[in-house]
Amino acid sequence: MGPALILAVWTIGSASGLLNPDLFPPPAQVASTAWRLLGEGQLATHVGASLTRVLTGTILGVLVGVGLAIAAGLTRTVEDLLDWTMQILKAVPNFALTPLLIIWMGIGEGPKIVLITTGVAIAIYINTYSGIRGVDQQLVEMAQTLDARRFTLIRQVILPGAMPNFLVGLRLGLSSAWLSLIFAEMINTTEGIGYLMSRAQTNLQFDVSLLVIVIYAIAGLLSYTLVRVLERLLLSWRNGFDGVE
Amino acid sequence: MSSPPVVRIRGLRRAFGTQQVLDGVDLDIAGGEFVAMLGRSGSGKSTLLRVLAGLDGQATGSVVVPRSRAVVFQNPRLLPWRRALANVAFALRDGGPDTPSRAARARAALDEVGLADKARAWPLSLSGGEAQRVSLARALVREPDLLLLDEPFGALDALTRLKMYRLLHELWARRHMAVLHVTHDVDEAILLADRVVVLSDGRISLNHAVELPFPRSRGDDGFDDLRRTLLAELGVEEEVGHDRTR
Repeated sequence: MGPALILAVWTIGSASGLLNPDLFPPPAQVASTAWRLLGEGQLATHVGASLTRVLTGTILGVLVGVGLAIAAGLTRTVEDLLDWTMQILKAVPNFALTPLLIIWMGIGEGPKIVLITTGVAIAIYINTYSGIRGVDQQLVEMAQTLDARRFTLIRQVILPGAMPNFLVGLRLGLSSAWLSLIFAEMINTTEGIGYLMSRAQTNLQFDVSLLVIVIYAIAGLLSYTLVRVLERLLLSWRNGFDGVE
Repeated sequence: MSSPPVVRIRGLRRAFGTQQVLDGVDLDIAGGEFVAMLGRSGSGKSTLLRVLAGLDGQATGSVVVPRSRAVVFQNPRLLPWRRALANVAFALRDGGPDTPSRAARARAALDEVGLADKARAWPLSLSGGEAQRVSLARALVREPDLLLLDEPFGALDALTRLKMYRLLHELWARRHMAVLHVTHDVDEAILLADRVVVLSDGRISLNHAVELPFPRSRGDDGFDDLRRTLLAELGVEEEVGHDRTR
């Protein structure tokens, strides 16, 4: 509903002449630009490159974040070593790392992926860790009275208990991933929607600039939808109802 | 009781800070015996049960309990992300023979508590009484020699509680495991137990065999006398100015 309203205001604004078509092209022009870039294969190349970066960074970030959260959530020593560090890292805007990453890793894919991974890993870690620490102690005791092995305890009690928080982390992690992508693609590159945007800026192609913004918006929407779907699948027990059987 | 004790407690002590909660408890429970333990809030009865359940490693003294034991807590403590059947099967997850299959054994245990039709229900969709029955099935499926009950009906309404008494009695009569039933409800203790013990000031202050024949109900001969004795031991006067129907 909301996105449709924005589109409507944009259309009316352009049609009524309130928006200067040279500076703020109407939706139809942006759509035809999209169609042209799609036909030339440019759109697929750039969106594909960005999507690959975000997916790679997110998957790595989830693995690292969950791994660290489990380690810190289950052992005091790792917690002492790790938790403050992660809480401090959370406070550092991760694009502040960009120049350092370029110096350390050059200008290839490496620093771009690392930038995205870091942001995702921190968001996942912070939330999953607090989820693990928040698992109902009564359930842990119950499992102990049933002589559950440590592995069973982790897999059946602790991780499912931390799942709601993990999904909050995933939602924050995905928005951080797309945000990091903007900074990552400012590093010397010839592919990706970030590159498309800076090229458009240089060439004053405002229709392309707007198109990139629309792509970011769609990406955000899809990420949000993905998490919602995962929540419905993984947390169906919360409603206590999953259809008539 | 002719059967040898399956639980043997001697000189059990447990302190929290400066407070001596258990101060030399001696208690035996015979195989197949149903013992109810009464005590005021904070009398240490739950602490004693936790020691027997292996959840308290800080107590001193000598405690012998069967390896095969199971606990039902006041809160059912079901895994909310597992369906009822899987919650029961969870008790069989590690080790144990595979035949008959775990699911079949879990199903049989659910059937035994009258919840065969709730096998696929999520715990959050169950009523308090149903959830507690699933918890009971999870304990029974392990075929324990000792069943530890920590005020299992404390959170249930009076009508549900009556049904649960009957169910628990039937299960015990059929399986004949030893039971330690911790409660603060005197009537509940008299209705269910072979023997009632009272825990006060960290020790067993009263140990009384209940000679009433089953089935029992309030108002049976001797019920009220025993009730008064136990209430007196707990330091409670029953007369509060309104008549209880005798």
